[in-house]
Amino acid sequence: MAEFLATPLGIFVLIFAQVLAIIAFVMISLLFLVWGDRKIWAAVQMRKGPNIVGAYGLLQSVADALKYVVKEVVVPAGADKPLFFLAPMVAFVMSMLTWAVLPFNDGWVLADMNVAVLYVFAIGGLEVYGVIIGGWASNSKYPFLGAMRSAAQMISYEVSIGLILIGVIISTGSLNFSDIVRAQDGNYGFFSWYWLPHFPMVFLFFISSLAETNRPPFDLPEAESELVAGFMVEYSATVYLLYMAGEYIAIFMMCGLISVLFFGGWLSPIPGLPDGVLWMFGKMVFFFFIFAMVKAITPRYRYDQLMRIGWKVFLPLSLAWVVIVSFLAHFGAFGGAYARWAIGG
Amino acid sequence: MGVADFAFYIFAISAVIGGLFTVVSKNPVHSVLWLILAFLSSAGLFVLLGAEFVAMLLVIVYVGAVAVLFMFVVMMIDVDFAELRGQMAKYVPIALLIGVVLLLELSLAFGTWQVSNNAEAVRAAIAPDMAEVTNTAALGQLVYEKYIYLFQTAGLILLVAMIGAIVLTLRHRVNIKRQNVMEQMHRDPAKAMEVIDVKPGQGL
Repeated sequence: MAEFLATPLGIFVLIFAQVLAIIAFVMISLLFLVWGDRKIWAAVQMRKGPNIVGAYGLLQSVADALKYVVKEVVVPAGADKPLFFLAPMVAFVMSMLTWAVLPFNDGWVLADMNVAVLYVFAIGGLEVYGVIIGGWASNSKYPFLGAMRSAAQMISYEVSIGLILIGVIISTGSLNFSDIVRAQDGNYGFFSWYWLPHFPMVFLFFISSLAETNRPPFDLPEAESELVAGFMVEYSATVYLLYMAGEYIAIFMMCGLISVLFFGGWLSPIPGLPDGVLWMFGKMVFFFFIFAMVKAITPRYRYDQLMRIGWKVFLPLSLAWVVIVSFLAHFGAFGGAYARWAIGG
Repeated sequence: MGVADFAFYIFAISAVIGGLFTVVSKNPVHSVLWLILAFLSSAGLFVLLGAEFVAMLLVIVYVGAVAVLFMFVVMMIDVDFAELRGQMAKYVPIALLIGVVLLLELSLAFGTWQVSNNAEAVRAAIAPDMAEVTNTAALGQLVYEKYIYLFQTAGLILLVAMIGAIVLTLRHRVNIKRQNVMEQMHRDPAKAMEVIDVKPGQGL
């Protein structure tokens, strides 16, 4: 077995199996995340939410997925057909690709590359295309307006997300997620993670990731009271399912990123308890819960306000933070809390 | 043929195809998409060269930002491209001439290219030891430690260019309504609205 895994075919089979494992994990979590999202949203509004299909409505997402798959795909007459179908695939595949570099446990990562942060950032930049191409190829007014909004919004918030990431990178001295998590390993458990030294940026990152993934209160590209469903107006059946799935996968990925960057990934919050993949999963689900709560309790922003906080509040704050962290790291302030290169890489 | 060779041919062929269709495709939006394919393939080639930092930067800067702007412009402008195409036939001979001249120049330069004997040594003298650091760290050491002044000067030049572009395009129009967020947030509901008790049968 061991010799076989060293041959090129063996390596291929191994990587293929790992890829399948990650896809299975993401898709199965996706089913229950969508259900959880709806349940939490319902609970906040004192409704029952999905409760018919399966126990507690647990299989509701399965039924919905089946329904989407068996429905007819309606293509608008004036649509650019190849691009119309390409766009949702781009959206789905790009949100799936980022999972390759997310470490679930020490060494449990598909591609342990040393520019992992940049990789996630680059693929995140490609996710915009799914939305823009979809909006344009539909050849319809509302989708086009939604696509325009989305592109502007995603590019604006990518800037501040990038600058916040630079703060974390400066503290770690590495662009590898596993190194970033290892650098947060300390004697104080929960209090040695990056959320404490990078405290204000945790909130900025969270809000930026809401805007980046088009989640309420920043879901202006698909604001139903203004644009019907934004770039997804003309989509139905499986292609719509791809968009929805891609969106939720991107949200779950953001939860993973927050856990890895600021909340110690697979590390245990209490010193003495064993670290492990369950901590990582628990953190991701917890942040998804926060995402769902934000969706349930906040009203939608106005578009110019969204752009204003992106460029006039978040960008200067995160830029200033990069400078502050550089100084704190260089002079080893707070017992070297900002400079963990010796551990990191 | 190893995996790397196979990947090289895939990336090289798709880069060439992407470049070709950028030029020949009729719809400008398709052109931009083919251009993105060319960018992504060249990023793949950079990865094969072991320059993963440059590859990621290429994707982030060119695909994630520059091509999005192209896309915006191409989608928004209202130009009849069929008409433009019709006029293009006039310029084809000149374009071909320029292309041939460029190709000749390139081949001349490539044909007489001679690598100096010292080139390898000069490069090795400034580069950090690649056995010890990854190429991202090596690039950082070169740009931020050895050539920090040159790097900062380049940044300043770009800043000046950016300010120049803003100054040239900034027009302050007087007759438009602007959102003043501070004013909006500090409005007092007691002053902003007034509740009037209108008796039935009477107007205001």
